[in-house]
Amino acid sequence: MAENQELQRDDIRTESARGVTLSPRVDILETDDEMRLVAELPGVKSEDVDIRFENGELTIHGRRTPSHQGLQRTHWEYDVTNYFRSFRVNERIAADKIHAELKNGLLTVHLPKTESARPRRIAVKG
Amino acid sequence: MTPFRRDPFTDLFYEMARFQEQFERMFGIGNLLRQTAAGVVPLANVWQDDNHVYVEMDLPGIQLDKLDITVKEGNVLTVQGEREPTNSDGAVWHRQERLVGPFTRVLTLPVLVDPDKVEASLEQGVLRLKLSKSEAAKPRKITVRAG
Repeated sequence: MAENQELQRDDIRTESARGVTLSPRVDILETDDEMRLVAELPGVKSEDVDIRFENGELTIHGRRTPSHQGLQRTHWEYDVTNYFRSFRVNERIAADKIHAELKNGLLTVHLPKTESARPRRIAVKG
Repeated sequence: MTPFRRDPFTDLFYEMARFQEQFERMFGIGNLLRQTAAGVVPLANVWQDDNHVYVEMDLPGIQLDKLDITVKEGNVLTVQGEREPTNSDGAVWHRQERLVGPFTRVLTLPVLVDPDKVEASLEQGVLRLKLSKSEAAKPRKITVRAG
């Protein structure tokens, strides 16, 4: 098993040998019902996004395929092959209800709170 | 006023620097150039072939019809637009890193182009422009006659 993992690592290393990993800019918002994270992942297709939530750790990984391959590069200001960022979420999240959408290069991750974490209005009996 | 909550001791989203390091080790640190995403002025990449010049710019969250794209003096490309803030109706901010406000990018192209033949697309937050080189800028094959 351990060996397999090593192989996989080598694959990744070769593939992204000329790559650059970027920390995407994020906005994080909270409502009564959910935590919401908006990350900028320009150039990433939805099938190339990997979102994980494990032990309270949210990890976002996006892989970008270079465009215009084979053409003559004239002027170069940036290079991206991976977007990566990870957070520890100190709020009770209903892990099975996490969902995300990718639109215009913006990834929105919805992390719904568990029932017990939601604010409650307490009725006072008179 | 926008409600904004940022308290280092009760931060609900604590960034995992350790994870980032692990990831970088895994991907080979020698080839890695960790950098923050582009700033206020969007960065551009330019390619060319015999007949066209291609420009690419990352503009996540922006609509194509909100952009103003012009070519002046044959090779001065200007892209103007405005970044809208994330919709925060009734929500509390924990972190706001995405840039907001107007921007202008001026780029001098390597060759003269035809300002009437500019194709633009904006997919997955990436602006792609295809500009036709002016006739004079296209490469020519020179026939050599034996004398």
